[in-house]
Amino acid sequence: MQDTALSKELYQELESYIDSLESKETALIEVLHRAQNIFGYIPKDVQLFIGEKLNVPASKIYGVVSFYSYFTTEPKGKYVFSVCTGTACFVRKADAIVKELEKTLNIKTGETTENKLYTIECLRCVGACGLAPVVMVNDEVYGKVKVEDIPKIISKYSE
Amino acid sequence: MNRIDSFKTLMDKQSELMPILNLRKESMESSEYKELLICGGTGCVSSQSNLLLENLNSEIEKHGLSDKVKASITGCFGFCEKGPIVKVFPEDVFYVEVTPDDAAELVKSHLVDGHKLERLLYEEPTIKEKVNTQHEMEFYKKQERIALRNCGLINPELIEEYIANRGYEALGRCISEMTPEEVIEEVKLSGLRGRGGGGFPTGLKWEFTRRPKSEVKYVVCNADEGDPGAFMDRSILEGDPHSIIEAMAINGYAVGAQKGFVYIRAEYPLAISRLRTALNQARESGLLGNNIMGTDFSFDIEIKYGAGAFVCGEETALIHSIEGSRGEPTTKPPFPAESGLWEKPTSVNNVETFANVPSIILKGASWFNKIGSETSKGTKVFALAGKINNVGLVEVPMGITLREIIYEIGGGIKDGKAFKAVQTGGPSGGCITADQLDVAIDYESLSSIGSMMGSGGMIVIDEDNCIVDIAKFYLEFTVEESCGKCTPCRVGNKRLYEMLTKITEGKATIEDLDAMKNLAETIKMTSLCGLGQTAPNPVLSTMNFFYDEYLAHVQDKTCPSGVCQSLLKYTVVPEKCIGCTKCARVCPVSCISGKVKEVHYIDQKACIKCGACFDACPVNAITKG
Repeated sequence: MQDTALSKELYQELESYIDSLESKETALIEVLHRAQNIFGYIPKDVQLFIGEKLNVPASKIYGVVSFYSYFTTEPKGKYVFSVCTGTACFVRKADAIVKELEKTLNIKTGETTENKLYTIECLRCVGACGLAPVVMVNDEVYGKVKVEDIPKIISKYSE
Repeated sequence: MNRIDSFKTLMDKQSELMPILNLRKESMESSEYKELLICGGTGCVSSQSNLLLENLNSEIEKHGLSDKVKASITGCFGFCEKGPIVKVFPEDVFYVEVTPDDAAELVKSHLVDGHKLERLLYEEPTIKEKVNTQHEMEFYKKQERIALRNCGLINPELIEEYIANRGYEALGRCISEMTPEEVIEEVKLSGLRGRGGGGFPTGLKWEFTRRPKSEVKYVVCNADEGDPGAFMDRSILEGDPHSIIEAMAINGYAVGAQKGFVYIRAEYPLAISRLRTALNQARESGLLGNNIMGTDFSFDIEIKYGAGAFVCGEETALIHSIEGSRGEPTTKPPFPAESGLWEKPTSVNNVETFANVPSIILKGASWFNKIGSETSKGTKVFALAGKINNVGLVEVPMGITLREIIYEIGGGIKDGKAFKAVQTGGPSGGCITADQLDVAIDYESLSSIGSMMGSGGMIVIDEDNCIVDIAKFYLEFTVEESCGKCTPCRVGNKRLYEMLTKITEGKATIEDLDAMKNLAETIKMTSLCGLGQTAPNPVLSTMNFFYDEYLAHVQDKTCPSGVCQSLLKYTVVPEKCIGCTKCARVCPVSCISGKVKEVHYIDQKACIKCGACFDACPVNAITKG
């Protein structure tokens, strides 16, 4: 959080969301979803903040955050390339797509480029198996992707 | 829509609304009025079906056809391979792979000039001929749609269309004319079993939840479809969300619960939004909330989001996740029917199971239990994927053979390759071989051949896929998804995965194969929950049916399918090599030697098997194997 004014605004947004909840005891996962929406990730400070607000021990919050793969404690790039590695995509050679992305962006899966522009991720089945192999860039879905399509797709997200 | 304050009002509403589906239900050669339904499922939306709908509408308007032709979205037709799909009613014409740019030509040709647009019709792969209508397509001939009855028929965002197709009539009948016991009896008699994997009789589960005396009980819909390659629950929620709401309310009435939760994957944004729309409509119409249809029965539903944990498909883990904790399973008993969510009796059912319930109430248990096999009644939705021509969602009667599904409905193996196996049951299931293609599928027959029904994922594997690699893929999945609570699953599966890796690298011995089998059986017997108990299935079943392929990796150090990289050997065929030096230039470790216009040679010791030379050779003079 470099920009403290901005960060304060984000905390306020999260706080008013938590205050609006009817029952707080069981809302932890919803709150974490919202927090990740607001901040893009859930760093330690945000976890501590949620703990205070919900009156839940920080250890439990960390336990939940680390249990679910949807939650991340690291910031991601502006464009997240998620390659589906569900079975349908796997048998249609999704691993070759992952390799090509890693080679072209020069990072490994799970990493973010230094300019904070790109992140590569693998995800489990988006349920669009008819389009296998599938790559998602943020919310945009690319189906029946071939290795040679990768540079063209990346070039659409250059700034 | 006005509030529906009695069962009678609902039935009046139904008769009033019924005509809106006339064009879609009665197949006619032609009619002055027409309707276009465009698939609005995740697959087709990813291929721009929203823009397609917009373009179709503006073309319809441009040609002044707005009062005669209507275009709208509908749920998944199941024919995902060839999406986006546009279906024209009443003549039942089925267009495939329609892009937004095709809208103008489609409207001009079919709607203005009255000619079918040949170019966009589906070509049957077996006869290589264009097919005019949906009911002539091999893909649909053997299907029977109960759970998917409204997908491809109604607009999932309009409660009016659901009601027009007898929606909420089953709920109305239950709460106004039947006792809870009668509802449970009907579901029991139907023989419906859980479609999420286990196959437990649904009526019994309801009865067990009804029995305990408790002021508060819960109904949970398990929409945490984590099995990679299965997408039927998503499609039902996207295409027919009201049927799930209706069935959950029926379940609530039967067991004595007033509150329901849908636990859904956060990765399914479209399904979530359609469900939310449907919930609001149902509440506004008095079909959800206090005193439904003017009776004493009150029921409401809340959505809870998953956060990416496969184990949460297990009912006790799912319950802990709804409670806001880590989704770790606990031992049963106590079963959720006695002590579930917040220690109250809870009835947990899968989406597809629920989708069957309204039809069972409407048409009766005796109609339902005539469909299917001796022990497994009704239909099952399968998600066909992998190396098959017609990837998609199919609903077939239990007892059908795999051969019918793969070769008749699925159109056979992609690119004319040879069939190797079909994997069912996802990470908990196993592989079925060519010899077993004629087994009639139901819960029992699949377990007897070492696989399982699971949620209905069906992945077709061809000769180019290595069976050890497939087993390794599933193990990697389970290792990642193991919650870590019990040791057999946490440590055992990790060791299994390492052994499989050793095999694919050519470092394993025959003793390793024996040890692996032992370990797999131990994990099966000693794990805490279903995830661990079934995790070794992909290994055991592939070892059972494809032992030769394991032996090839272990003894001969080769991968017959040419997949396992460390076992590959790239060699130059001297007769074919033209000495162009391309291979030597692309080799990253400079292990290819040879002069211009002379035969080249690959130094096997230095080769890192990257395959660059194989791809670069212009005359296919390099072999892999």
